Amino acid sequence: MKTVSYYPGCTLRNKAKNLDFYARACAEKLGFSLCEPETWQCCGGAFTASEDEIATKLSAVRALKAARDAGQPLVTVCSACHNVIKRTNEAMKNASFADKVNAYMAQDDDFKTEYHGETRVYHYLEYLRDVVGFDRVKEAVVHPLSDRKLAAYYGCLLLRPGKVMAFDDPENPVIIEDFLRALGAEPVVYAMRNECCGGHLCLEDAEATKKRSNAVSDSAKNHGASAIVTACPLCRYNLIKNGSELPVIYFTELLAEALGVKEARNG
Amino acid sequence: MADEKRLQEQILRISGVNPRKCMKCGKCSATCPSYDEMEYHPHEFVAMVEAGEIEPLLRSESVFKCLSCMACVERCPRGVEPGKLVEAFRLAVVRTKDSERLKPDDLPALADDELPQQAVVTAFRKYLK
Ligand code: SF4
Ligand code: SF4
Repeated sequence: MKTVSYYPGCTLRNKAKNLDFYARACAEKLGFSLCEPETWQCCGGAFTASEDEIATKLSAVRALKAARDAGQPLVTVCSACHNVIKRTNEAMKNASFADKVNAYMAQDDDFKTEYHGETRVYHYLEYLRDVVGFDRVKEAVVHPLSDRKLAAYYGCLLLRPGKVMAFDDPENPVIIEDFLRALGAEPVVYAMRNECCGGHLCLEDAEATKKRSNAVSDSAKNHGASAIVTACPLCRYNLIKNGSELPVIYFTELLAEALGVKEARNG
Repeated sequence: MADEKRLQEQILRISGVNPRKCMKCGKCSATCPSYDEMEYHPHEFVAMVEAGEIEPLLRSESVFKCLSCMACVERCPRGVEPGKLVEAFRLAVVRTKDSERLKPDDLPALADDELPQQAVVTAFRKYLK
């Protein structure tokens, strides 16, 4: 069985345990296993898009470097971790930025060799598409999600900035729809699938966040979806908290259902 | 005025944005999900920075209404990246002494049982230094 480095992030250890549990169980079923580098730390939740921020990017570099040293790609599940880690990795390919970070990190006991963005970072969905293959996922399905009309919700973090994330076409993505088809479900394409849920603004301006979240869940509902599918704990929180009439489900939970591994989890 | 010049240079340096690439099409503001919440909109950040009008932006609530959703960055036909400019203002504000938007002590009252940790750590990034 192939082993890959796995970055769960802080939220998957707490409020989003299902997202994590099913990611692991499904990986085993699909023939790869997720191994956490001992040195991973919280990614910080948000990538700061400024040229002069260094300290806030260090924690992501530690996990990236650990994966490189293990000779493995780094797989993430949470949309926010994935965004931060991919953007940090890209920043580390810039020599003048990397020099500053490496000089700082040299103070760590275990930081022997410099890091320059060598690790290949995958979102779990990308790993399924590019390495495992959605056709193999489809073959492994034992409970097809037939007659389920599901709305893939990308939000912003999986897709943007498109050049760095390289996850899919940022304006017309298909990866989650293709994933849902592999599970036997019918994807619903709707206008707001790649617009923001309001994100962290929920702590600063709850009313504004409500408007954003309702625009997304209403759009999915009006296009006939029966549920919304996400990879992001904060999207899920905002949509539910602001009264989404549709259930909001993690993609790993759906995968577990289709692969017949959901029974393994009690409560 | 000399001060505004220095602030303008600081914002340009933090953001790495070149506002002179802007062709004033307004697409960034048209796509901005926080448009209604903002006093100054993404295209105005770009135009005002180019004109050296920095103080009004530094004092505006608008810097805290940006979601960092990068829609404006993705959709600008000229690659101006207005969202990075807004982020630079937010950093310039929270880096100033006693200008944090949120204090760590404020958080428990804002959080409910379901709030993901992700939101809390992001708030620390966005609103505190
Ligand atoms: S979208 Fe780009 S070119 Fe158009 S107004 Fe905004 S910054 Fe200027
Ligand atoms: S990054 Fe900020 S300014 Fe740009 S579209 Fe999103 S919310 Fe608006």
